[in-house]
Amino acid sequence: MVNVPAIEKHIEVTGLRLSYGMKEVLHGISFDIRRHEILGVIGPAQSGKTSLLRCINRTIEFTPGTHVSGTITVDGEDVRKVRDVYALRRKIGMVAPLPVGLPLSIRENVALAPRSAGLTRKGDLDAIVEQCLRQAALWDEVKDRLDSLGTKLSGGQQQRLTIARALSHQPEILCLDEFSIAIDPVTTMRIEEVLKELRHHMTIILVTNLTQQARRLADRTMFLWKGEIVELDTTDVIFSAKPTDPRTRDYVEGVFG
Amino acid sequence: MTEPNSATPAPPAFAVRAAKRAAWAVVGEKILEALVYLCGFSAIVFVLGIFLFVFKEAFPILANDNFSLTQFLFSPEWYPTSEVNKRYGVFAMIAGTCSVTVLAMVIAVPFGLGAAIYISEFCGHKTREILKIVIEFLAAVPSVVWGFIGLTVMSRLIVQYTGAPVGVNMLNGGIILALMCVPIIVSISEDALKAVPDSYREAAIALGVTRWQLVWRVLLPAAKNGLLAAVLLGVGRGVGETMAVLMATGHAVHIPNSVFDSVRTLTANIASELGEAPAGSDHYRVLFLIGVLLFTLTFAVNLIADTIVRGIRRK
Repeated sequence: MVNVPAIEKHIEVTGLRLSYGMKEVLHGISFDIRRHEILGVIGPAQSGKTSLLRCINRTIEFTPGTHVSGTITVDGEDVRKVRDVYALRRKIGMVAPLPVGLPLSIRENVALAPRSAGLTRKGDLDAIVEQCLRQAALWDEVKDRLDSLGTKLSGGQQQRLTIARALSHQPEILCLDEFSIAIDPVTTMRIEEVLKELRHHMTIILVTNLTQQARRLADRTMFLWKGEIVELDTTDVIFSAKPTDPRTRDYVEGVFG
Repeated sequence: MTEPNSATPAPPAFAVRAAKRAAWAVVGEKILEALVYLCGFSAIVFVLGIFLFVFKEAFPILANDNFSLTQFLFSPEWYPTSEVNKRYGVFAMIAGTCSVTVLAMVIAVPFGLGAAIYISEFCGHKTREILKIVIEFLAAVPSVVWGFIGLTVMSRLIVQYTGAPVGVNMLNGGIILALMCVPIIVSISEDALKAVPDSYREAAIALGVTRWQLVWRVLLPAAKNGLLAAVLLGVGRGVGETMAVLMATGHAVHIPNSVFDSVRTLTANIASELGEAPAGSDHYRVLFLIGVLLFTLTFAVNLIADTIVRGIRRK
């Protein structure tokens, strides 16, 4: 692995505005995400966290009536001007809040992305499948039934399958959108351990409703509220007794009203 | 809890409570339940009733010494009105029905599925609405009109472009039947694709798959039960359709050698001859036996479909 300076910007968001029809949900936010950091994103419901992630990998385009302005660059490249949007999406792993096991076998769920990217040798695919399932702490539970349907797994297992799938195309950026709401605490902690390992290889955006999860994992934490950034600072500052904005403290302490 | 805790007061009772259910409500519910039961079972009663009636009309011929079931099923010779030697072999018509249906499916399935995929995944909102209306309109064209088109327009085109001696043949019947099946296949397949949750699409798209890979690797496997149902309903229509194939296929009792041969289907044969066969005669009874055969054929198709669908589900 190349040794990169810690302040290298991996993603830069400048003046990002997003509206669904007439309703603006992101009001021109600007921030950047450094390479190989875990950025925690916290904030109450409807604050635009998920929309922000969907802007980064451009799946927002599939919702009719959206309007995006401002720029997001990944590796210095404007995501809305990239020539190969599929290659961009392969750079970004995305885990949705609710598990989405595709109606394929467990093996095919994980092999879908590399196969679609052109990898066809069975040996290579099997190796990726095993590695990703191990990383998602699922391998031991499913190694004997890789060919049964992914949708037959329990909710928590499916969520880990989704994580394995998001890792399958070896993304540089991993977006986790409240990944733990369908998983039990023990598995959550196992995956958190995995994330601590993964951060050496990729940039992680961790959207979470569990403020303590951000506190455990994130290097920096952003508090997003009603489409605006209230505060973005190192996690230590955000969770300290005196963050810059008093609203941050209120939210973190749970007295936000 | 056995011990009531005196420290915590009982929660306040609701001001309004539901009254005890009246006797008529209880009885009414029982009656409704019985009615729904009856509706459900009536389907079975009707199917059995139809089968029994058709079978009852056909049965005496099976007991007749001059009639052989083997000959009926495997002989291509159909001479029901011969003066000296009546022969009732429907093999040519089985071949006719099967060949026309298969040909129709070969044309209709790719077209139907393709159209459904386009409408559900690729086209814009406005195009979709227009296409759906047009397709519904196609489904509403009466079969006799289709037969008419086959007899006039299509047969002329076939003679003109292929050089076939007659335009009413298996190809004509196959194309007309395909055109009739396409709307059914399209609308049911489109429903099946629509029923695939959007979360699947979003998840796959986020993995960097292209639209085609999404359709091919995710949506088709996800919707396969519905798509299979669509195709089989098309087959059902193909086997059962009468008027259009009667007019378009040429109606010759003949095992086809090529798509330009005229054929006769089981259904068309019943429709054209039942009016002329004296009630109770052997001919009349054989026609009913053909009905039983058709019944068995469609039953077999449905059974196979059901088995396949179950097999897919179990996996």
